[in-house]
Amino acid sequence: MAQVTTTQQGAQYRRSTIWEWITTVDHKKIGILYLFTSLFFFLIGGILAMLIRTQLIVPDNTFLGPATYNEVFTMHGTIMIFLAVMPLNAAFFNFLVPLQIGARDVAFPRLNAFSYWAFLFGGLLILSSFLFGAAPNAGWFGYANLTTLTYSPGLNVDFWIFGLQILGIASVASALNFFVTIINMRAPGMRMMRMPVFTWMTLVTSVLLMLAIPSLTIGLVELTFDRYFGTLFFEPSAGASVVLWQHLFWIFGHPEVYIMVLPPFGMISEILPTFSRKPLFGYPFVVYSGIAIGFLSFGVWAHHMFAVGLGPVANSVFATTTMLIAIPTGVKIFNWLGTLWGGSIVIKTPLLFAAGFIGMFTIGGISGVMHASVPVDYWQTDSYFVVAHFHYVLFGGSLMAILGGIYYWYPKMFGRMLNDKLGQIHFWTVLIAFNMTFFPMHFLGIDGMPRRIYTYPDGMGWNFWNKEESIGAYILGLSMLLFAYNFIKSLRSGEIAPADPWDARTLEWSIPSPPPAYNFAVVPTVTSRDEFWEMKYGSNEQSTAQKTNLNPTAEDERHIHLPPPSYYPLVAAGGLLAMGAGMVMHGDGMAVSWYIFGAGILVLTFGLFGWSFEPNH
Amino acid sequence: MSDLSQASQAAHIEEAHATTTGISHNKLLMWAFLASDCMFFGSLIMTFMVYRGKAAGGPRPQDIWDIPYTSVSAAVLLLSSLAIVLALTYLQRGNERAFRIWLVATAGLGLLFLGGQYYEFTTFYHEGLTLHSSLFGTTFFVLTGFHGTHVGIGVIWLLSLAWMSKRGKIPAIRAEMPEIVALYWHFVDIVWIIIFAVVYLIPYKP
Repeated sequence: MAQVTTTQQGAQYRRSTIWEWITTVDHKKIGILYLFTSLFFFLIGGILAMLIRTQLIVPDNTFLGPATYNEVFTMHGTIMIFLAVMPLNAAFFNFLVPLQIGARDVAFPRLNAFSYWAFLFGGLLILSSFLFGAAPNAGWFGYANLTTLTYSPGLNVDFWIFGLQILGIASVASALNFFVTIINMRAPGMRMMRMPVFTWMTLVTSVLLMLAIPSLTIGLVELTFDRYFGTLFFEPSAGASVVLWQHLFWIFGHPEVYIMVLPPFGMISEILPTFSRKPLFGYPFVVYSGIAIGFLSFGVWAHHMFAVGLGPVANSVFATTTMLIAIPTGVKIFNWLGTLWGGSIVIKTPLLFAAGFIGMFTIGGISGVMHASVPVDYWQTDSYFVVAHFHYVLFGGSLMAILGGIYYWYPKMFGRMLNDKLGQIHFWTVLIAFNMTFFPMHFLGIDGMPRRIYTYPDGMGWNFWNKEESIGAYILGLSMLLFAYNFIKSLRSGEIAPADPWDARTLEWSIPSPPPAYNFAVVPTVTSRDEFWEMKYGSNEQSTAQKTNLNPTAEDERHIHLPPPSYYPLVAAGGLLAMGAGMVMHGDGMAVSWYIFGAGILVLTFGLFGWSFEPNH
Repeated sequence: MSDLSQASQAAHIEEAHATTTGISHNKLLMWAFLASDCMFFGSLIMTFMVYRGKAAGGPRPQDIWDIPYTSVSAAVLLLSSLAIVLALTYLQRGNERAFRIWLVATAGLGLLFLGGQYYEFTTFYHEGLTLHSSLFGTTFFVLTGFHGTHVGIGVIWLLSLAWMSKRGKIPAIRAEMPEIVALYWHFVDIVWIIIFAVVYLIPYKP
């Protein structure tokens, strides 16, 4: 289909497949790039998790040793948060949002490509630290002043800083893009309160990203200045506050939690109605609760700092706001249950993952409310109880929903079905192994086992559960390999997917699988929530636009204008990578570093100017 | 491709891309970016406030301030907001030459402000205030430097725009771009009002 548009611009030329992917500005291709890249990073993060559990399988183990262990748990956290869950969500933003709102692309296709390349390069910069034996080792939260030169002299923290800076730029660019896309590119009749909930949650997440990431960025800038130019932001001997970093980090870090979990809320809200064959129960409540969560998420950061000693007033305020945020979250859980209630439920893999999500996320939510209480938190903080909690919300929650989302939308992305039988085996093994791995961590935490320690002595009574957890983790790993097998095999030999394999409700199912480059041959006019369901079963006959979209003819395609491919986004992101790499090299004292940094600025500027003056966008 | 056909094609694209809100994508992007930028500045201003007055190890703010000098410099920056408003007015009236003159004037005032900042920085440096003399030095240079970088980017953007206008590219393809640059420019000026008040004007404890 891409050829159609190039012909139209009078410049027909053949491009190799690789060049096509490198220069693509098609939101669907970019979404698929995000998906594959983040699944690759997820694999690495998973391998690190296996290393952690192997180290902890027996007491007094010497498999990794303390220094390597620090690197491994830091990278596990950093990768899973910034390089797996966030970009997996971004893969769905990219692929789905334009389809769900009836648009032909995002508002800024090249900015979108730039976001992807910056994400890839930022991720590779952080990962490259392994090659230099200097992987980040100060925790994913990187508390300053532990990360200043005095206490972290190596390159480890430098890789972390500049990798995260590039990832932050990618995230903000992408958030701005989706904000504008959702506000400004809805098909006629697609009012805000008719939008699919996934699109709604993408909108809320985008706002969170563009308001939360800056706090991290500035924290990292200050840390950079301390490490590179001798400033005193985090230097207690000059009177600096040792909690400044914690505030800056968690003002970003707590919204970040919702950045990771709101899009999965959206996915669940798409999957459950489809497989219950009834509309989402209390749509406005789900939407407004999502907005409320987003708003409150900026007012709870200090619950990560209860044990710091901010004083009873601050602690009480933040305990209250933290408990408040449980209300909209609880509302949503009841909405999802209400959606299932009385539905004609079809048991398929996506539904199983969605149901698993509700259960596991609820457990994680309940343990979260437990340490919203300050005295309880004093007991649980920095123990394995917290590790259990956030794996229940991020693995049992976010990732479970994302896996459900992959099973659900894979047919739309690739035009083939994933094997449902393997999918169901995958689900049950994940559910069982996940609980084997993480549920006993509650016990260990309450029993006082601290997090982030590389080993524990014999005779603490922790041996059994640690061994059991490690076995659970291995099963979890095997189960993910089964998923990988299913995913890769189905790309070639999966059952061919029809346009609407699940009898679903939203617009993306009204067009062929996979969709043509321009998505909609005729932009649909929306008359209700669950527009596609109305088209199929409502009082209105299926519209002619709808029929055209399923079987577009060459005549329909002729007048569609699509943005031409561009390599400038890649160039600009490459400039960012050179700047980041130059800064890391400077940390190593290499003379050439400023030249590389300077070259990076020039390349970035060239990319941005080339992009601005490129005709016809 | 001639300018005229480019213009008509651009108009055609513009038509095809009618937006839901009626606000163009570019302008909405700028508004959203400015919201995000508020948080960048907010984080730095918060850091400055946390450390306000911690000058041990170097000169105190009240010893080195030259408030009249900085006030003139602030007035120069604020006048540049007037200049860009005039530029936009002339553009709307179709007087592109006057538009360019005022655009360059805006950039000139921005550069004058940056020159003033450079002079101030070097003066303070010679009086012993450096990035690592005290927390006051650290936070002062990084906050005002971050703002100065914003002004610098704005100047480059304004001059690019003037150059594009000279080559006759503005009315056709990016009729709205000057307005968007102006949004950015006004924002940077408003931030300076806040920084000027927070950093310079609110008295320090003796």
